[in-house]
Amino acid sequence: MGKTFAIGIGGAAGQGVATPGDIFAKIFSRRGLHLNAYNAYQSIIRGGHTFLTIRTGPEKVTNMGDRVDLLIPLNQDAMDRHLGLLTDGAACLYNSETIKPGIAAQGVQLCPLPVSKLADVTRNKVAQNTLAVGAGLSMMGIGFQALEQVLAEQFKKKGEAVVSENIGIARAGYDYAGANFQPFAWPLPMTANRYAVLSGNIAMAMGGAAAGVKFYCAYPMSPSTGVLHWMAAHARKAGIMVRQVEDEIGVVNMAIGAAHAGVRSMCATSGGGFALMTEGLGLSAMMETPVVVIDCQRAGPSTGVPTKTEQGDLWQMLGAGFGDYPRAIAAPLDIGDCFKLIPEIFNVADRFQCPGIVLCDLLLSEGRLSVDPKDLDFAAPIDRGELITDAPETSASNGDGVYKRYRITESGISPRAVPGVPGHTHTAASDEHDEDGVLISDEFTNPTKRRAMMEKRMRKVVGIEAAVPPPVLWGPRDADVTLIGWGSTKGVIEEACEILTEQGIPANQLQIRWLVPLHGDAILDILKGARHTIIVENNFSGQFARYLRSETSFVPDGHIRKYDGEPFMPHHIVEAVKEQLGGKSKLSVPAHEILV
Amino acid sequence: MATALAATNHVAMSDLKGKVDPDWCPGCGDFGVLAAVQKALVDLQIPNHNVVTISGIGCSSNFPGFINTYGMHTLHGRALAVATGVKLANHELTVLVTGGDGDGFGIGGNHFVHSMRRNVDLLYLVMDNQIYGLTTGQTSPTSRLGMKTKSMPFGSVEAPVNPISLALAAGATFVARGFSAEQKHLTELIKQGIQHKGFSFLDVFSPCVTYNHDNTYQWFRPRVKKLEDEKGYDATDWMAAMGKSLLWDDEIPIGKFFERTDVPTLHGAEPVLDAGPLIHADIRIPKDVTRTFIEELM
Repeated sequence: MGKTFAIGIGGAAGQGVATPGDIFAKIFSRRGLHLNAYNAYQSIIRGGHTFLTIRTGPEKVTNMGDRVDLLIPLNQDAMDRHLGLLTDGAACLYNSETIKPGIAAQGVQLCPLPVSKLADVTRNKVAQNTLAVGAGLSMMGIGFQALEQVLAEQFKKKGEAVVSENIGIARAGYDYAGANFQPFAWPLPMTANRYAVLSGNIAMAMGGAAAGVKFYCAYPMSPSTGVLHWMAAHARKAGIMVRQVEDEIGVVNMAIGAAHAGVRSMCATSGGGFALMTEGLGLSAMMETPVVVIDCQRAGPSTGVPTKTEQGDLWQMLGAGFGDYPRAIAAPLDIGDCFKLIPEIFNVADRFQCPGIVLCDLLLSEGRLSVDPKDLDFAAPIDRGELITDAPETSASNGDGVYKRYRITESGISPRAVPGVPGHTHTAASDEHDEDGVLISDEFTNPTKRRAMMEKRMRKVVGIEAAVPPPVLWGPRDADVTLIGWGSTKGVIEEACEILTEQGIPANQLQIRWLVPLHGDAILDILKGARHTIIVENNFSGQFARYLRSETSFVPDGHIRKYDGEPFMPHHIVEAVKEQLGGKSKLSVPAHEILV
Repeated sequence: MATALAATNHVAMSDLKGKVDPDWCPGCGDFGVLAAVQKALVDLQIPNHNVVTISGIGCSSNFPGFINTYGMHTLHGRALAVATGVKLANHELTVLVTGGDGDGFGIGGNHFVHSMRRNVDLLYLVMDNQIYGLTTGQTSPTSRLGMKTKSMPFGSVEAPVNPISLALAAGATFVARGFSAEQKHLTELIKQGIQHKGFSFLDVFSPCVTYNHDNTYQWFRPRVKKLEDEKGYDATDWMAAMGKSLLWDDEIPIGKFFERTDVPTLHGAEPVLDAGPLIHADIRIPKDVTRTFIEELM
């Protein structure tokens, strides 16, 4: 992906890690640079340790990478945890009055800031943060004007005095660094491009708006809450009804109610909330009312590690609800895809009148990425399927009785009339029903009718498969190793492939986006020529590997798994691949070296 | 709850007859409730395609199949959540929610409380028979202390929930109780409940002739007293309503306990709906608006 530069900012929650992060992100994106940001944090409002990594570069930055070039520890704890991981060419900017550096590796520049000499710390409690931002930008070779502008925007609401105070402090840090520290060997370039910087949660919320979602409801649950926040903040402008509901059972049922009345309806949660929704998903399938549910996975089981990432909910999605029913499940591949996927899955859900599940995770939900604004397409195709929203006013009665809500068709799709349309009254039921909606239990259960209705609904599976593209192989056709991943690991596997290829081990990648339908035959076709296959996933038991085997009988040569709550870094995969190609192991579980 | 009176054609009882006849046990109180609802819709002349009848699961929750309106027969306890979604997506619809005491006060208790405080504009009609019928006779949240059932054969040791007091406390803006054997009175309450703008709660004694041998028609008849017959009873007085709600045994009040009309409905309180029902809104957001969504991120 070309050259990159990464900043790590560490400190306690409440110490102001986010603000310098936002400032750097804004400056990079306005410079026409791409960026990827990931915040490692804990379920605590004040205290603990949070570590924000922002990686930037002129080409798309697909993951947080392996290396920190500039470390800004805001307290001693952050210094102690991270200094030892810096390598040649990196620098560490710190408040020399409150923090003592440890032993740094050869070639790491220690940059002490005498904070009270440069700023009035009695007036400004976060002076050290602002000084460090100024100093850091100076060392990256970025002109001060960019920072001045961002600070003016950042503190505009607090008044002119606060703006000029902060600009003054930043300037002091900027000048001090210019006089005392060695600039980085690679001054950050500039391009003419301009990017939007957004989290996966914002991307999915905006994707919903683009899909024509008119009803969104949720119960707050990390790491999905950002979707609710964007929806709530933009509801009135976007014309979306947004509700916070008493629990996730209420959420999914309210969403289904709105969908049944005819609008596109969406909700988001995490694994625990999704568990409460599963009965509702069955209702959506049985009544054939489309609804889209987003699951932002976090480390489970149970409350688990609420602020950490995992790909551990796959089997919950596959098995959500009892009985057999058609569903669509897709995992976005990156934050841009979080936007793109929502209109796509709504079209599938609407056309096939079934639930659609978006399997996201904390890494994408709360991570941030630079995206070309052209890729945030609010004119994405909308296909509402066979929906009847109006009919000529006939009579107040049900008319001739021709309309059958669950008419048996070859495609399994029956035209769906919404309440309010004259002449189409019917009951949609969670009980098994006949073509006209009458419960078969109300008129003697009938094996023939039951079978016909099951087959009608399940015929939609064929159509869904045809409506969704099969996966494709990325990278050189002829490779020593093929890495198979799904969803959010796309970026990190991509970089691992690049590194491996550079190091003389040609590697390619098969990344799965649509989990249901899986396109097993296409996958087998791709993998049949592979020399060595390894499935990479962020869970303990190899949930995708087991799923792939159950659907295709395919067994890979090896597995790389991680379930410590933190995402993969490229070197984790690279080293594991080498280990496995050397025949040392078939299952690698890389250790996360950063203690966050 | 409010309703759009867009009737251009006459609505007759025959228009409201369901595709199948009710499968309730002969003598079940629910027959009377169904007839009263149909009569109320005819009296109010609401076209059946503008009505959505939504239920959970249980004997009384089979209700939507027996009336010819749009219907949703949803999950056990979830009817109110579904109904809230329906109403918010298209607030021009008349939403009726039907179900039993187990469905509404047991498994659905959470949604019951929250729907009331939200003042969702619908009529919630509970056919309260103080027993679980469809599962063949277990204790319900309104079963009386000491009542013997298959699940509590030595008598319930749990105090029952008081639906009227609970509804008053949770902020329901229309609270009433009917008796299935009092047809005219019940029909009147249903009409008032449909016309009330906000959450209308109507608890109806609907005796289970198969499993509840304690609270029978004969048991209720001498006890029920209509609030409408009581001189000076003021249904706008919340404290008085709360007092009446506590009466049981010798005298059990039925009728309208409480109504207030000064609370905005949920859909009325949301400016997003000022331009009309969501179902009629343009699916695309104007470009000048979506542009600002992206600019915020740059």
